Amino acid sequence: MSAVLYETPGPRAKLRNRISNVVVLLVLLGAIAWLIHRMYAFGQFEGRLWRQFQYSSIQRQMLEGLLNTLKAAGLAAVLAMLFGAVFAAARISDHKWVRTPATLIVELFRAVPLLILMFYFYFGNIQFGLGLSPFWAVVFGLTLYNGSVLAEIFRAGIAAVPKGQREAAYALGLRKNQVVRMVLLPQAISAMLPAIVSQLVVLLKDTALGFIITYGELLYVAKQMGGRLTYGFPYIPTYIVTAVIYIGLCSLLSLLARYLEGRSRRRRKITGAPPPLPLANDPSEGAPV
Amino acid sequence: MRMRTLVATCGVAALALTAAACGKDEPSAGGGNSGGNATDSCGELHKFTAATGVDVPGSTAFTKIKSAGKVTVGVKADQPNLGYKDADGKRCGFDIEVARMVAAGLGVDPDKIEYKEIPSANRETAIAGGEIDYYVGTYSITDKRKKQVSFAGPYFIAGQDLLVRKNDPSMDAGKTALKGKKVCSATGSTPIQRVKDEQLTEASNISEFKTYSECVSQLLDKKVDTVTTDDAILKGYAATAPDELRVVGKPFSTEKYGIGLPLADKALREKVNSILETSASDGTWKAIYGETLGKSGSDSTPPPLEKY
Amino acid sequence: MFSVLTDNWPLFRDGFWLTIRLFLVSGVLSLIIGTVLGAFRVSPVPALRGFGTGYVNILRNTPLTLVFAFLFFGAAKMDLALPNPFWTAVGALTIYTSAFVCEVVRSGVNTIAPGQSEAARAVGMSFFQVLTIVVLPQAFRAIIPPLMSVLIALLKNTTIAAGFSVVEAGSIPAAMSERGENQLVTLLWITIGFLILIVPLIFLQRWAERRTAVA
Repeated sequence: MSAVLYETPGPRAKLRNRISNVVVLLVLLGAIAWLIHRMYAFGQFEGRLWRQFQYSSIQRQMLEGLLNTLKAAGLAAVLAMLFGAVFAAARISDHKWVRTPATLIVELFRAVPLLILMFYFYFGNIQFGLGLSPFWAVVFGLTLYNGSVLAEIFRAGIAAVPKGQREAAYALGLRKNQVVRMVLLPQAISAMLPAIVSQLVVLLKDTALGFIITYGELLYVAKQMGGRLTYGFPYIPTYIVTAVIYIGLCSLLSLLARYLEGRSRRRRKITGAPPPLPLANDPSEGAPV
Repeated sequence: MRMRTLVATCGVAALALTAAACGKDEPSAGGGNSGGNATDSCGELHKFTAATGVDVPGSTAFTKIKSAGKVTVGVKADQPNLGYKDADGKRCGFDIEVARMVAAGLGVDPDKIEYKEIPSANRETAIAGGEIDYYVGTYSITDKRKKQVSFAGPYFIAGQDLLVRKNDPSMDAGKTALKGKKVCSATGSTPIQRVKDEQLTEASNISEFKTYSECVSQLLDKKVDTVTTDDAILKGYAATAPDELRVVGKPFSTEKYGIGLPLADKALREKVNSILETSASDGTWKAIYGETLGKSGSDSTPPPLEKY
Repeated sequence: MFSVLTDNWPLFRDGFWLTIRLFLVSGVLSLIIGTVLGAFRVSPVPALRGFGTGYVNILRNTPLTLVFAFLFFGAAKMDLALPNPFWTAVGALTIYTSAFVCEVVRSGVNTIAPGQSEAARAVGMSFFQVLTIVVLPQAFRAIIPPLMSVLIALLKNTTIAAGFSVVEAGSIPAAMSERGENQLVTLLWITIGFLILIVPLIFLQRWAERRTAVA
């Protein structure tokens, strides 16, 4: 893997690594076995704790929760992309009176906790009787936060296109609109894709905050299932199943990101477009919520 | 390496999803487990017939209900025998029956109620903002709340009590025994406010979660020593797990459950009060009490209304 | 508008103080654990790398709320719960944030051209010297800005603890609802509070970005 820190191992180091490897594996397996034994000892594998999953009505509710999660995430993703595009455009505008407010708004929404953003819509709706359901509070909250992050990604992506491209385009007499639209964007997009997709993973995960404002998404259903005393408060089984579903969904998106990254890398070889934004520096990587 | 991990996790997730695609039909099919499950599946609900030709002059809320042809009612979902949603998604309990009775009295088919689960802390805002038409969910009538919402009723009198682990006698004296004990209740509820106001235990010993179920789970796991709220709620839990839980039985407050209504709508309040009055005199109250809370054996009578 | 803040000052003060404590304690712990995990991911031992990868993939794809719920209600079922809500919340935030710190550290180390450490080794430096004199100072450059983003996110993430019996700033709305105060004004003050906490961090990030930018 990384050859930065250590030399390619020789025979002695190879042996040492192999031994450490076995030791670590044993420790890990031991830890897992201990955890499973612990679950068993505390009756977490008892039938009644897992029984709910067999009922078709519960499966329907979980599916409904999952659909609600996907619905909110899907709509918020589209809106956030629009928001991001508009504000990124505003931020690279030549007019200061457009640029400054756009920058302020983007920075503001990036600084406010997402939960508080959702609360604004939730309580604002109630106070002014706007007739918005919690669904919209979730969608709008997600849109503002992720839209701002996406605006930042778009802006950085366009800025990362080599200067010569822009200069050459202007020298040909293209207008700014044309430069951005015909020269910068097509090159920037492939570089931005991985960052965009990993932000969408963040967005998908953040729908789980919806349960706090009573939006019936997957985690909400899970909490209800876990909270049934009749089944011995099956929190552990429900959370395990829920986590697997979330991890599965997010991994699918991550796989997509990886695929796109690979494609853009292949394309770059042909067109000489800029490299993808270094993941370490893109805001989405550092912004879990 | 990383790719393979991803593929593996996806595979597991896909398996879990397909495994979920087939299943048993009814939760009741899984009876006979180790715990008593008498309270889990909601049985038959009381039969109400929607009144016809109802009009409540001067009520904006009623006009809204009538034109929509349905009511939106705020309820609780995790309180056995009061406001409960079973594994099948059906709702039952005394509060649910009251909500249905009021709907029928307003001329709406009780099956056309749209239920909304509103956490304790958001009740006033939800009623005031019109998110729900009325609220029936162990909602105590207090002077402070009367400034934000109006109350019809009371339709039930409860008292704050303590739920403890069955083998723990240390709090049998009631509220005076709470000092030094870890007390849990729902965020923003009256009982936890009382514990704070009367300083029944140290501030650091107070836990607040979104739902009572989470508190009861913490009680069983010995993370807290007692769950405090109205005895009507606690009895439901104790009845579900009689081997592990019991109610102390020394109520230290009087909680009058009211139906939360928009503050300005005096006409609607009077209409709902008259529905409650009728139910007390024609035996409906007794009937729905017997089908829900009364199952635990205790008897009760409808309390006198407090009109204002 | 101001009365909402002044009348309930103790609530706001205590709430934000708890937020700051949550942030500081879990921040320090996440940095330590995240760095260790990051070291795992660049280590020559495949099992350690696998563990690091698995940890990061699982935690980064799980909602933080779920991590919270598991530690509060799940762990208690196996008698593995942390002593009180504060430390449980610290645990959840640390477990989650470590995964992101780990990623930042790993990609930071990966930005260093292998030639750097090869040259260092060629002049006879030990592994420790290579790491502390050559690799980390350079990796720092790439690590600091995204690390600040992770910390800013952590500060905002503390609000999730409000749903789990930790009375930090995120729990103020529920308490204010009980007191019958205006929710939107309350939210405005909470927003201002968070801006006061976060804006210095953002400026610090900008400053670090400029300081460490490759000339």
